[in-house]
Amino acid sequence: MLDTIIYTLQDFMTYTKGITYLIMGGILIFMPLFWYFLTGRE
Amino acid sequence: MAISRRKFLSCIGAAALTTTTNGLSKAYGASNKHFKGHPDSFGILHDITKCIGCRKCEAACNKVNELTQPEKSFEDLSILDQKRRTDANIYTVVNKFKHDTRAPVFVKKQCNHCMEPACASACFVKALNKTKTGAVIYDESLCVGCRYCMIACPFEIPAYEYHKALTPRITKCTMCYPRLLEGKLPGCVEACPKEALIFGERDKLLKAAWQRIYRYPDQYLEHIYGEHEMGGTSWLYLSKHPFSKIGMREDLGKKSAPELTTGPLSAVPIVVGLWPVLLTGVYAISKRKDKITKEEKEKAVAQTTALAKEDTEKKLEALREKMTREKTSAINFEVKKALEEAEKTDAADKTDDKAPEESGKEEN
Amino acid sequence: MALDKPVFIKPKLTLFNIIIGIILVMGLILTILRFTKGIGAVTNLDNNNPWGIWIGFDLLCGVALAAGGYVTSASCYIFGLKRYHSAVRPAILTAFLGYALVVLALHYDLGRPLRLPYPIFYSQGTSSLLFEVGLCVFLYLTVLFVEFTPAAFEWLGLKKIRAIVVKLILLLTIFGVILSTLHQSSLGALFMIVPSKLHPLWYSGYLPIYFFISSMFAGMSMVIFEGSLAHRYLENEMDATHKKEASGVAFGFAKAASLIMMGYCATKLIGLAVDNNWHFLGTSWGLWFMFEVVGFVAFPAVLFAMGSREKNLTMVRFAAIWTILGIILNRLNISIVAFNYHLPAADRYFPSLSEIGTSVFIVTLGIVAYRFITTRMPILHEHPDYKAH
Repeated sequence: MLDTIIYTLQDFMTYTKGITYLIMGGILIFMPLFWYFLTGRE
Repeated sequence: MAISRRKFLSCIGAAALTTTTNGLSKAYGASNKHFKGHPDSFGILHDITKCIGCRKCEAACNKVNELTQPEKSFEDLSILDQKRRTDANIYTVVNKFKHDTRAPVFVKKQCNHCMEPACASACFVKALNKTKTGAVIYDESLCVGCRYCMIACPFEIPAYEYHKALTPRITKCTMCYPRLLEGKLPGCVEACPKEALIFGERDKLLKAAWQRIYRYPDQYLEHIYGEHEMGGTSWLYLSKHPFSKIGMREDLGKKSAPELTTGPLSAVPIVVGLWPVLLTGVYAISKRKDKITKEEKEKAVAQTTALAKEDTEKKLEALREKMTREKTSAINFEVKKALEEAEKTDAADKTDDKAPEESGKEEN
Repeated sequence: MALDKPVFIKPKLTLFNIIIGIILVMGLILTILRFTKGIGAVTNLDNNNPWGIWIGFDLLCGVALAAGGYVTSASCYIFGLKRYHSAVRPAILTAFLGYALVVLALHYDLGRPLRLPYPIFYSQGTSSLLFEVGLCVFLYLTVLFVEFTPAAFEWLGLKKIRAIVVKLILLLTIFGVILSTLHQSSLGALFMIVPSKLHPLWYSGYLPIYFFISSMFAGMSMVIFEGSLAHRYLENEMDATHKKEASGVAFGFAKAASLIMMGYCATKLIGLAVDNNWHFLGTSWGLWFMFEVVGFVAFPAVLFAMGSREKNLTMVRFAAIWTILGIILNRLNISIVAFNYHLPAADRYFPSLSEIGTSVFIVTLGIVAYRFITTRMPILHEHPDYKAH
């Protein structure tokens, strides 16, 4: 996908939003784990 | 102005070539976020002043797309008196508009093939796509039938097969995409006897349209409908009469559909980024408050207990003291009593000397 | 521990049950019609009006009114307001049933309902706000289901699984709030793409915010309303704690809702100013807009305030019903009444009887399911084996 040209805003949105959704999933998994690490010694 | 078949074929070739060569170069657009659409994509220029309302385009469209035949034949022009829109079986319609006593104006209506299609932006399964030819096409194998594309389309084009129970589809003009791939002209363009429809590269059509406006200023308005409407469309329109008077909305604005939704779309990930922090923070604060309240409570309880303990100890001490005192006094009393008694016996038995000693021992 | 209550309770032939029976039979007939003759046969939908009350009422209102789940569980578990604890389970149950019914209703409205998993698992149209809605509703339905399971596990006596789920409550609550924020607002953002079709008084860049804020007081009003219904008809299912806390929950939510509704009115005012829509207020659309905002938001907000100040439960309950009607009015205005405002009257949409019948059928299903579950599982009372979880 990185090599091809994005000609329309529509394709750009589809592509970038696809990545952000994956990142969002990652955040939702990472944050609770980080919270457990942060408060692990309490 | 209609281009020949050969010229058209070379156009397709050029388009294909430029795409492949550009494919090797670095992505542009992503950096400055300005998109110009697919290079050399096609469009159709509809010169409304030339349309005679013969409905030949409608007939061709019906035939090319293998749609069901209407009850009244396409030769019957009386239907032009009704205002029509596209339907599940009708991809294009010609509408008649009367202005005073002058000759009526005919306007063809079909999918405008937006540069940034609202339908594609709205589709949650990518069933609608803007191809590099310029055509916006529909993939029925993906469609869930939510009809959000119909909601989103500012030109009110997509139609739905409402009477199919299990496999309804969205229908709309495809710019004859299958024919384009074969190197043929769209059905309506090929059928037009008056050159009211011209097929070509959109950029070139735009230039040609402006040339017409400059050359015949009294014949055309200085506005090409579709140049900027909703971010621009592949279909372009030239007219003498204001577009709003011939059934075309002029209040759509220049913003394309994806531009209208970028705001909320970009707010979504931020919520996911910040809400966990905010909510966990609120939770931690409320928990800490609870903890402090609990600690304070415990402290208070401990203090009270301590105080109470001290108090009891004091009381106990006092009691002990009292008891010791009582005990001593009791002993003293007893001793005193014994002594007194001894004295008494002493006095009574003055003759017996041993008696007081014995009694004193017993007391102890 | 054996079952709390038996699964099968012999239904009594009351008037209520007869009416419900009639509605269910009617719904079944409409369902058969819908899936044999197509959407066109049972609805008044057409090419200009592709969304009717199945979207405007079943989806938009259903999701907004099911917001009580995230509002109540967030108050209890995140904000630490323990006195709402007995309200959490009924609210979660209502939310779960609400969302389940929204998904069920979608099966009627979608042309190809069996392809419902497509956007999430097969072809992701990430540029669409509907994708956002679909993904979040799917995930949130799962979260609500898991949040609901402890009651079912207690009923079935599955102690170990229940203990695991109870440990996850905080995490699930936070997920629930995030997902609710996203899809409640995105439902409003669905209409951001149609500035040319939705009347300017309702179209706004703040649409997502309006939808999110209004979902909060919609949820609270539903908790109050549902509480008053449960008190009337399901009182023998309630334990002493629930009864004792119920009025506190109602007054607490009345106060919160009143404040949020005033804030909502303020944002509406800001919306008017930002888009310079003042001149529309003088038109008949403006009157209708004022009717909605003043009559169905500001007015019940004042009622809530008075009810919570004077500790007047009747007034609070009345205000809750008024607010719920206001939410329904707002969602229908955006999706149907003020949508396609530019079309001539002949091209406008009005729901058909079968459309209304289907919606009534789906709401009735919800009532039946709610009654089935509350008369069996520990929802309105605590299970004796699991006091103070």
